[in-house]
Amino acid sequence: MQSSRRRFLKMAGIAAVGLSTRPVIQTVAASSGHGTQMEIRKGPQALAAKQWAMVIDTRKLQHAEDIEPLIEACHKIHNVPHFQNKKHEIKWIWETHFHNAFIDLPSNYLSENVEHRPITVMCNHCENPPCVRACPTQATFKRESDGIVMMDFHRCIGCRFCMAACPYGSRSFNFVDPRTGLNDREINREFPTRTMGVVEKCNFCAERLAVGQLPACVEASKGALIFGDLKDPHSKVREVLRENFTIRRNSVIGTEPCVYYIV
Amino acid sequence: MNDKKWIVLGLAIFLGLFTFPLWYNILFKAGKAAPAPEVVLTEKAKAAKQCVMPTAYMKADHMQLLDLWRHSVVRNGNREFINPEGKTFTMSLSNTCLDCHSNKAEFCDRCHNYASVRPYCFDCHIDNPKGEK
Repeated sequence: MQSSRRRFLKMAGIAAVGLSTRPVIQTVAASSGHGTQMEIRKGPQALAAKQWAMVIDTRKLQHAEDIEPLIEACHKIHNVPHFQNKKHEIKWIWETHFHNAFIDLPSNYLSENVEHRPITVMCNHCENPPCVRACPTQATFKRESDGIVMMDFHRCIGCRFCMAACPYGSRSFNFVDPRTGLNDREINREFPTRTMGVVEKCNFCAERLAVGQLPACVEASKGALIFGDLKDPHSKVREVLRENFTIRRNSVIGTEPCVYYIV
Repeated sequence: MNDKKWIVLGLAIFLGLFTFPLWYNILFKAGKAAPAPEVVLTEKAKAAKQCVMPTAYMKADHMQLLDLWRHSVVRNGNREFINPEGKTFTMSLSNTCLDCHSNKAEFCDRCHNYASVRPYCFDCHIDNPKGEK
């Protein structure tokens, strides 16, 4: 009797060890043999950075007509719809008054030229983005690889917490089907549209950076917008930042915006 | 306890109604199952011979592959896919999948309708990006 109990415990122990190796064996079996190994990687031309950033030289964008082509370029390639109704407006990049852009820089007696200059604004791709913390589904997230604050439209449930959280008003909500606001002939068929009920914003042209192109607005700006890696001391933005005095929108609140302005 | 016959009768009626779809199909609709859909390949798809993965895999698991693609592209920024044969593809539903399969109505929709699945891919992604026939 005594020896049979011992035998039973021994066998149970061996069986437990055997069962615990099963998942390992299964993964090994799955990964070898039947030819489904695939590889996923970045494209060979993809531009890389630790934190993309932009410097906007407002001295070179004195009038609304100077900014128009940038907005046009961006909204065209990203299929950003145009609606007459202001409440349905979708915008990735737009112009605003100095006082609206820099609410933390109050001055009753500003330089007249600066005060009346239109300011180009867009998502600031903050280093410490409040929208990302507000998102309950992680539909908006800060991309580890290059610091872009991205939208995953597949996950967006349209709660608009991010819109409430963003101190810059960079986000727009699709109250109506965005395809109704797009001219069918002018649609960029290589870029998706959005659907009703999701939030959208500037993505720093992540799809263009992936194929080695600079953002569309930078390309259209004739040198007024400078784009580069903020964490690389030899990058173009750092060079410009070293040589010019710049300000950021509402930087006192600690979001660390990555769009800088030369005024 | 004189309700036995009513209980049995009630049960019989219940079972009869509950299994109605089964015996109705067997008795009256025998051999009338909807035929499996036949997908049409475009000339371009025929010329390529094989999709990004083997046909059997694509038939059964294309949704898992698309899910993997979407996750890699949107969340990790990795846009290139190398299949087991070593061929490289850009991971894009519109620009890669629907470039070959530019006949969404005869390719995607037929099976999706048959299987009664309604994927919302095309609410955003544009089919037939180059406008080919």
